[in-house]
Amino acid sequence: MEIEQYLTFGILPVLALALVFALYRFIKGPSVPDRIIALDLLITVSIGIMVIYSIITHQSTLLDIAMVLALIAFLGTLSFTFYLKQKNLEKHE
Amino acid sequence: MSDFLIAIISTTGALFILLASIGLFRMPDFYLRVSVTTKAGSMGVGLILIASAIYFWDFGITTRALAIIFFLLITAPVSAHLLGRVAYLCKVRLWEKTISDDLEGKYDRKKLHLRGISEKESEEKSGFSQGE
Repeated sequence: MEIEQYLTFGILPVLALALVFALYRFIKGPSVPDRIIALDLLITVSIGIMVIYSIITHQSTLLDIAMVLALIAFLGTLSFTFYLKQKNLEKHE
Repeated sequence: MSDFLIAIISTTGALFILLASIGLFRMPDFYLRVSVTTKAGSMGVGLILIASAIYFWDFGITTRALAIIFFLLITAPVSAHLLGRVAYLCKVRLWEKTISDDLEGKYDRKKLHLRGISEKESEEKSGFSQGE
């Protein structure tokens, strides 16, 4: 039971602190690419939290959801950059 | 023994993730933020996934964890490169203490591709060839 307690009281607070820092940049970020990279890091940290939670609760099914979330993060970044590029193209024409 | 290994690996991963988000919080510039976040973030999540693979010690779960690590290592550089390129196109400001900007004047902002040489150099070159 020791490793579960260590993960609950040692690792999860550190990851929550990381989420707070990333959320600050997501809200404050001076430009749109700043917010996109903060969203990317938010999803990455939440994948880490999900994996730690799957260890604590002995449910390995949560790893599948982590995989789907990684895919969604990549697709989100891709589509946001595509949108920014198109907006930039239209501005010049 | 296995618990000890899991504790060490997951602690290292969590510290890497914390460093990535502190870098995102503290760095002065968008480009520095990108370069901090992608590398440290994927390293930290990879270590935490390795810890979960050691904990469950099952073939299917190890395969899943390795697939997620592989996917993260493939996609993180691609998305960082795309973001940096688009940010340069959108004229996101560089840090005022930046020493050199190698891409300055080399991006065709209308057609969105690299020219290879700067505008001044290409004008000089074409003038020279016309003169001949």
